[in-house]
Amino acid sequence: MKLHNKDNFSRRNFLKTSVLAGGGMLIGFNLLTACKPGVKMPVDIANLNFNDFNAFIKISDEGYVTIFSPNPEIGQGVKTSMPMIIAEELDVDWKNVTVAQGVLDTNNYTRQVAGGSQSIRFSWGALRQTGATAKQMLVNAAAVKWNVAAATLKASKGIITNANGETLGYGDVVKEAALLEVPEGVQLKDAKDFTIIGQEIVNVDIDKIITGASLFGLDYKTEGMVIASVLRPPAFGQKLKSFNASEAKKVNGVIDVITIGDKVRKYVAAGKGNWTFKLSETDKVVVIAENTWAAIKGKKALSAVWQTASKAETTEAHDAILTDILDGKNLSTKREDGNLKEAFATADKVVEKTYHSPFLPHNCMEPMNFYANVTAEKVHLVGPVQTPEFAASVVAEMLECDLEKVHLEMTRMGGGFGRRLYGDFVYEAAEIAAVIKRPVKVVSTREDDMTTGIYKPSVKYRIKAALKDGKVTGYHLKEAAINGNMYGLIPNFFPAGCIPNYKVETGNYNSNITTGAWRAPYTNFLAFAEQSFFDELATELNIDPIQLRLDLLQNVKGSTDKRIEYSGQRMEDTIKLVREKANWGNVSKGVYQGFSAYYSHNTHVAEVADIELKNGLPIIKKVTVAVDCGVVVNPTGARNQVEGGVIDGIGHAMYSDFSFKDGKPEYKNFDTFRLIRMNETPKVEVHFVENNLSPTGLGEPGLPPAGGAVANAINAALGKRIYSQPFIKELNKSNVLG
Amino acid sequence: MPNYTLNVNGKQVAVSADEDTPLLWVLRDELNLVGTKFGCGIAQCGACTVHIDGVATRSCQMQVSILDAVKITTIEGLSKDGNHPVQEAWKEIDVPQCGYCQAGQIMTASAFLAENKRPSEEEIRNAMHGNICRCASYNRIEKAVKVASEKMS
Repeated sequence: MKLHNKDNFSRRNFLKTSVLAGGGMLIGFNLLTACKPGVKMPVDIANLNFNDFNAFIKISDEGYVTIFSPNPEIGQGVKTSMPMIIAEELDVDWKNVTVAQGVLDTNNYTRQVAGGSQSIRFSWGALRQTGATAKQMLVNAAAVKWNVAAATLKASKGIITNANGETLGYGDVVKEAALLEVPEGVQLKDAKDFTIIGQEIVNVDIDKIITGASLFGLDYKTEGMVIASVLRPPAFGQKLKSFNASEAKKVNGVIDVITIGDKVRKYVAAGKGNWTFKLSETDKVVVIAENTWAAIKGKKALSAVWQTASKAETTEAHDAILTDILDGKNLSTKREDGNLKEAFATADKVVEKTYHSPFLPHNCMEPMNFYANVTAEKVHLVGPVQTPEFAASVVAEMLECDLEKVHLEMTRMGGGFGRRLYGDFVYEAAEIAAVIKRPVKVVSTREDDMTTGIYKPSVKYRIKAALKDGKVTGYHLKEAAINGNMYGLIPNFFPAGCIPNYKVETGNYNSNITTGAWRAPYTNFLAFAEQSFFDELATELNIDPIQLRLDLLQNVKGSTDKRIEYSGQRMEDTIKLVREKANWGNVSKGVYQGFSAYYSHNTHVAEVADIELKNGLPIIKKVTVAVDCGVVVNPTGARNQVEGGVIDGIGHAMYSDFSFKDGKPEYKNFDTFRLIRMNETPKVEVHFVENNLSPTGLGEPGLPPAGGAVANAINAALGKRIYSQPFIKELNKSNVLG
Repeated sequence: MPNYTLNVNGKQVAVSADEDTPLLWVLRDELNLVGTKFGCGIAQCGACTVHIDGVATRSCQMQVSILDAVKITTIEGLSKDGNHPVQEAWKEIDVPQCGYCQAGQIMTASAFLAENKRPSEEEIRNAMHGNICRCASYNRIEKAVKVASEKMS
């Protein structure tokens, strides 16, 4: 079967080669974009210029391959899976491949961003073309050496063989290959010939992780580096009035106490930086210390007076505001089909439900941190950030220096979940370094992260459906959210196109509380609301909940509506796979099942949760998952993402709560904020729909359906519908748990 | 600042630190043993787990001043070449996602298995519940502990 590949690249423009001074061949390439004309390739590894190319492959004289992986690693596995794609088409033995994290240094390259589950989807075509082109150049070089036609040669596992059975290793021809013209129109492999893609390849950093080697931003050190701990306003919307550092300065190891804020204010005042996250413009007090403990202690010893500039926000007030938005008329329409008014007027029955979710912190296990050293010659930044390109450009603007001076190195990230899309901690580090003129690492505590961070916004949905003659004839979804609404594609997800009269409306409230993307933004909660609602509709219509989805999906098949984001057929195949694998409707007595399916981030996912009751308590035993993400590049990594996404989704839906009082977060650390733990986790069984379609992302799409599957299983077990997260609070409130 | 002598990974080491400094920061900042991770600072997440006389202990809660007579083992000293059965099982099962919490998970698991050679599924789930994995690689951690127990018996 031919692999789908709509991407069309001109090899000449996206790939260049050079002979390395120390031996070997270097291939530089750009994912998705052409490089500028006339750019020169470096000839030594120490000078990889990521201004012109965003990724490199080195093939040594011995045939060893080093791939400088361009995308940030946050645990989603791209540091393993992206190089696998190159190695597949290059046709080298995986054991001869090593992977190094690419350094960032640039203003002109594409998507060096981890977010939106898009790394693999966007780079699939370019990575294959790069690997295949490099292989062809090596073969061409061997053809010249043997004086035969390239077409008579075969290459496999790093060895080129001619018709007489003679062989040359890739390393034997790298020097010549690097000087050849870059060929066009190279042949990509047929999926059936894949030897690396589809194999179970263990995480490339595994040895370092299990031995505790230095990998993460928090582990990074340089000679003379000091530690900074930043005191930020305790309540959102506050500004620093005064502070007293005399006690802090008495702490052993504290070097100085300074304030920062000028540079960020100037940047914001200039109207620069178009980013959804609102930067805090207040002054912040910073303790500079010789070590982390002194910095933490020093900050505790500070006393500060904060001015409340605007009304302090509370969770009760947010609740009322969001409800007002849903009740009111100031909503904007995101999609409208048919005639909703008529559908409701002529309905046999109208069902309306409202769903609620709280704010949530990201809680990356590695607290926010960043290293900065600002000198006249260079701004050196090191650490974990999901948007290195953007962060570097903001720092250049803030410090009023050329972007070329900003050198940003990425470290492995101890989790992202959206939090590290926002570089507030990078800007703090840069500003502090510019003030103190010493290398410094800003280190947040857990309390800093949880109370002064960025949150998934609190969101409410109200969904209303018209039922007539056993069918869903109308569907009206309203969203009330804080600091921004669902992104533009979401109104075209299921059930858009399945229900003739359909409308999505949104309304927003602007809050001082900083909000942002949180793993599977909006859909993380929307999927729970909608998939619970469909389960309830199935009960109303007296039809099997899976059958209801399958019936609805028939309406979108063959649709000419180009806005529809998902595939009716792929969703149907995914649902049927989970129905079979979960033994839907055929489980033993005492097991209660709940179904949910959702398309997001270009991937179709269906899940069935199995619940048992123990002393009246619902115990989630197992979740069966079916996933259509196209070609599965690395099955072990792919399953890991889905397992994690499902348990993460369940954990936050079941247990995680958050609230504000007087503008201050009421949860500060893991003693009160509840994250799911091992003894609460179900077994997650993952099945992939087999096809040869281009791969799509997996970091997020496993998460959204999980809450709905569990809520629907709880209803099956206890006859209790859940409309609010965290579920545990609802269950306790209703005394279902006795 | 006062001076202390600690026994870390089989070696006597001298450190200079305030008496209330948690072992976690002595390891990370003074001894450059960064495998022991900072997660919460209040003994709730398990990222900073080390062995003190073989017992899994949260290093963020152990003051340096009381550790002169004990043997401290960190992830760096768990085995010579990263080949402790628990580490090997972690590799075999390809456990980590982001990887940040895994050193703490491995330290908890190795101390637990030293005490309980053939644990049941429920015993594993209860023994590991103090260690948070935010990526939720829990299914694999559980499986890896089981595989390690088989390797050790």
